[in-house]
Amino acid sequence: MRIIGQLALAGAIASTTLTAASAETLKYAFQGTLNQLDPYTLNETFTLGSHGNVYEGLTRRAPDLTIEPALAERWEIIEPNRWRFYLRKGVKFHNGNDFNADDVVFSAGRVRSEGSDLTSRIDPDVKVEKIDDFTVDFVLPEPNPILHYSWDTWFIMDKEWTEANDAVKVTSASDTTPNYASLHANGTGPFTVVSHEAGVKTVYARYDDWWDTAIHNLDTVEFTPIASDATRIAALLSGDLDMVYPVPVQDIKRVESNEGTRALTGPELRTVFLGFDQRRDELLHSTVKGKNPFKDVRVRKAFYQALNLDAIRDKIMRGLSTPSALMISPFLFSRAGDFERLPYDPKAAKALLVEAGYPDGFGVSLDCPNDRYVNDEAICQTVAAFLARIGIQVDLNAQPKAQYFAKVLASGGYDTSFYLLGWTPASFDSSNVLADLHGCRNDKGTGGPFNLGGYCNPEVDALTARIFAENDPDTRDQLIVDAYRLTLDDVAYIPLHQQGLAWGVSNRVELQQRADNQFHFRWVVKK
Amino acid sequence: MLAFTIRRLLQAIGVMLVVALISFTLFRYVGDPVNQMVGLDTSLEQREALREQLGLNDPVLVQFARFVTRAAQLDFGTSYQFRQPVVDLIGRRLPATLELSLVSALLALLCGIPMGVYTGLNRDSLLSKLFLTISLIGISLPTFFIGILLIFLFSVTLQWLPSFGRGEVVDFGWWSTGLLTISGLKALILPAITLGLFQMTLIMRLVRSEMLEVIRTDYIKFARARGLSQRSIHFRHALKNTLVPVITITGLQLGSIIAFAIITETVFQWPGMGLLFLQSVQNVDIPVMAAYLMLIAFLFVVINLIVDLLYFVVDPRLRVERASH
Repeated sequence: MRIIGQLALAGAIASTTLTAASAETLKYAFQGTLNQLDPYTLNETFTLGSHGNVYEGLTRRAPDLTIEPALAERWEIIEPNRWRFYLRKGVKFHNGNDFNADDVVFSAGRVRSEGSDLTSRIDPDVKVEKIDDFTVDFVLPEPNPILHYSWDTWFIMDKEWTEANDAVKVTSASDTTPNYASLHANGTGPFTVVSHEAGVKTVYARYDDWWDTAIHNLDTVEFTPIASDATRIAALLSGDLDMVYPVPVQDIKRVESNEGTRALTGPELRTVFLGFDQRRDELLHSTVKGKNPFKDVRVRKAFYQALNLDAIRDKIMRGLSTPSALMISPFLFSRAGDFERLPYDPKAAKALLVEAGYPDGFGVSLDCPNDRYVNDEAICQTVAAFLARIGIQVDLNAQPKAQYFAKVLASGGYDTSFYLLGWTPASFDSSNVLADLHGCRNDKGTGGPFNLGGYCNPEVDALTARIFAENDPDTRDQLIVDAYRLTLDDVAYIPLHQQGLAWGVSNRVELQQRADNQFHFRWVVKK
Repeated sequence: MLAFTIRRLLQAIGVMLVVALISFTLFRYVGDPVNQMVGLDTSLEQREALREQLGLNDPVLVQFARFVTRAAQLDFGTSYQFRQPVVDLIGRRLPATLELSLVSALLALLCGIPMGVYTGLNRDSLLSKLFLTISLIGISLPTFFIGILLIFLFSVTLQWLPSFGRGEVVDFGWWSTGLLTISGLKALILPAITLGLFQMTLIMRLVRSEMLEVIRTDYIKFARARGLSQRSIHFRHALKNTLVPVITITGLQLGSIIAFAIITETVFQWPGMGLLFLQSVQNVDIPVMAAYLMLIAFLFVVINLIVDLLYFVVDPRLRVERASH
């Protein structure tokens, strides 16, 4: 026993010197900042992805986005309205506290409390019941087959820690001091937060007592936000950083051709599309007076067929986009293959316009962000050029996202006639796309808050309601297909493409790129 | 001199109020902060509640009055994006910006003045022509472009210097300095050159033309006639008389170095106030923008005051005139 002890000690010394010698540090940069550490303050991909290295949900997602058990070992639907989650035993938070059912019940309350930006994770009417220390039931007002779809980013917090540090209330913007949880973190995940200076630097360290077997070999991770594209790429090329994202499409070749770095590209989940004001009787920004040309499906179809998406992919997106037939990524809907885009056909488009009574076309202004999506402004310019060929004079109004969203969203009174927007369903499911983008809405946005143009088809709404409650996957998929068919026949929107992801990675590093653009350190291996 | 100082301070308060009013009017056009604070699919009710909490629904004049009252007590509110007190945020970023600006200004002075004297005295030498060519580059190329050129040359190609950031810093209470570590000093070189190049060329050209002017004056000729050494003529008599405009320009330029560090800080991801300001503009973080603009206005006012006071020290004529009144 003593010998073993000594051996173990020697091993421990050897391994400490070994790690000290080869302490692996991953340095990476993203264009945006990590503003605070509270996992419920901001519902935004990068923020949640960062938290996902420190905190964990009941579920998590694999590199291909399939749902895996995490803090819950397994779950079952014991009655249509009652889901039972069996929690993992022996999990410890970073401060050493045990993880149990109380933490889940507590987190379910906090994520739905005032000031949380993630209230959509669990419906307010869902009751959360603790059965025993490691079993929790969720009682739903009506069946919901996708209850847990977005729970990989509903992070479980430690009840004792949060209460002890007086951080139960989520820091809201009007609070004068940030609470403890927005400056510190205590999760169960593979990394702990060592230091965090918002907008400057965040340092993570390996959590040795993580419940899962670590694939990564990192000891420290340093995150720096770098907003300037040129600086970010230069930092990768010079070897100062191991990974940067996003890489602007025009720099992908440069990263590829540089010795020691490579560009990882793939389709992203977000669908970029064009929408029309179909609600007002007269467009706000158009040369047509007294009527709304976009109420005529032939005009919408003409716009659709006038656009050559292959040209946009090749010339504007440098090959890094996937033209889309649906308003959802094929990754997120198994039957997306059933659908095809309408063909590019300027002649047919022109004919449709003539048929609709606009032989000479008309003028309309297109609202477009210029710092939100990949090459958004260039896409809009190209759209304007294609539409000019069928006689539509587009007056392009491209603005920074802050002004753009203030104008076109509900808070700006949906002040747009024709716009470009991108959408990733928060639940990773078609029901969100159908409800938020296609649901009939009133002037305030109730019904379909992000249906900026006010598309409305009661049949689609009826199908959407059934989709929300249908538990059988095949029936549900068929309902979704039916609903999409209706919206496509209506040309409710012009889906353009799924833009590409592009990460710049040093050859010293192996990692996994997820289509939701979240970067998880737990798959990173540094050579 | 005391009356003069007090009068200037009163003017300063007026200037600050005007800056506050102008910036506040501008903020109405930068966009809706609430959109930047929440995720895209946050409900309208929640957005509206947030607007109400932040007081964004109040009339602009009410918001302005509230801002001025609080600012007078040095309370600039809470940053929308970071949810931390603005004073803390700016305080943490201030050392980085000040260090960078002062080093750049020193660099500009220590290189600019000798180069100016040299080119003024040796108008036709090869080195003078080289200096003038370099200064042309410094004046005509935009800062961000110089920064990127330097990064690609010294970081990407030669790999001598880091391409971004501030290196390791040492904390002294609330002040953090990068001047005491090797990596901090290395990280400072490229940004300081980028930021200081324009000022350096400006100072150099200014000193040069002043030198050319002064060298022709009678008292220099007289000094020559007295048989004083060249060195004494050039540096004790000529240079000293070129310094009044140089001090004015340098003083005012120090203000603009701090203010326009925004671009250099962005290119080098230098964690200073300028970078914070730019992040705030993108995220419509009005409290930070307002506080930053006030601080910059304050700096300009203070620097102007100091420059005016320095005249007294450098130019004896001013003292004599004042005394005779």
